[in-house]
Amino acid sequence: MFARIVTSALFAGATAGLLIALLQYAFVQPVLLHAELYETGTLVHFGAAPVSAIQDVSGFDPLRDLLSVLFTMLTYCGYAMILVALMGVAEERGADITLRNGMIWGLMGFIAAHLAPAFSLPPEVPGVAAADVLLRQYWWFATVATAAVAMWLIAFHFTMVGVGAAIVLLLLPHIIGAPQPAEFTGPVPTEIGALFASRALSVGLAAWIILGAFCAYFWTKEGEAA
Amino acid sequence: MKTTAATMTVEDHASASRTGLASAFFALILGVGIIAVTGHVQAAALHDAAHDMRHATGFPCH
Repeated sequence: MFARIVTSALFAGATAGLLIALLQYAFVQPVLLHAELYETGTLVHFGAAPVSAIQDVSGFDPLRDLLSVLFTMLTYCGYAMILVALMGVAEERGADITLRNGMIWGLMGFIAAHLAPAFSLPPEVPGVAAADVLLRQYWWFATVATAAVAMWLIAFHFTMVGVGAAIVLLLLPHIIGAPQPAEFTGPVPTEIGALFASRALSVGLAAWIILGAFCAYFWTKEGEAA
Repeated sequence: MKTTAATMTVEDHASASRTGLASAFFALILGVGIIAVTGHVQAAALHDAAHDMRHATGFPCH
């Protein structure tokens, strides 16, 4: 089973990751590059002269952009490893894994790994003020883990107790609260920050649905081959 | 004879299920490890290489 999980996760993660990297390159990266013009001081918000909202950030930086593609593929291979492992456990316990419900697996993955932490730590545009990175990472991992357990409970223990526990697990990290900065120092216009967060989350949603479908596809394909 | 066969089947099934759970557990740990390295480790070279992806994927970056 280990070989089946790893093989299907690597296929799913690499192929989905490539598509996701292209989506990020087309829709998220231009907003990030625009923000960096303010982060580096090339543009100054509320400076002496008004700044045009339209900036040319096109262009392909081979090393930087190819590294982004590579790391996106690797990251989604990691997520695929987790998703396929859980699909394997669910299948052993009697669940059917299909291409269509794979997309729902992906949606649940998006809620756990992307939406739940973003509720209190929104995707950061470069240059924003933020609390200590290590504290935010601890909070991020804890929030993703509790949200993932909550998704599992909703999917496979749909009882009063299961759903009640899921709601508590989903709310708890936000009631405790994410590490927040002491003061706001970001030089980037809020319009860019809002667009960045919304693009990152929307592309993340598409990413996870693609990943879920690919994981289910390769998992069932590898099962037939064995 | 029949009892033995039935017992074996149950044992085999339980053993296969244990192997399955162990496999899933190790794959899960491996997955979390990959996410930690690509998305969270703050070593300068890794951070710079993964920078844009970390922002786009909503990981805490700086």
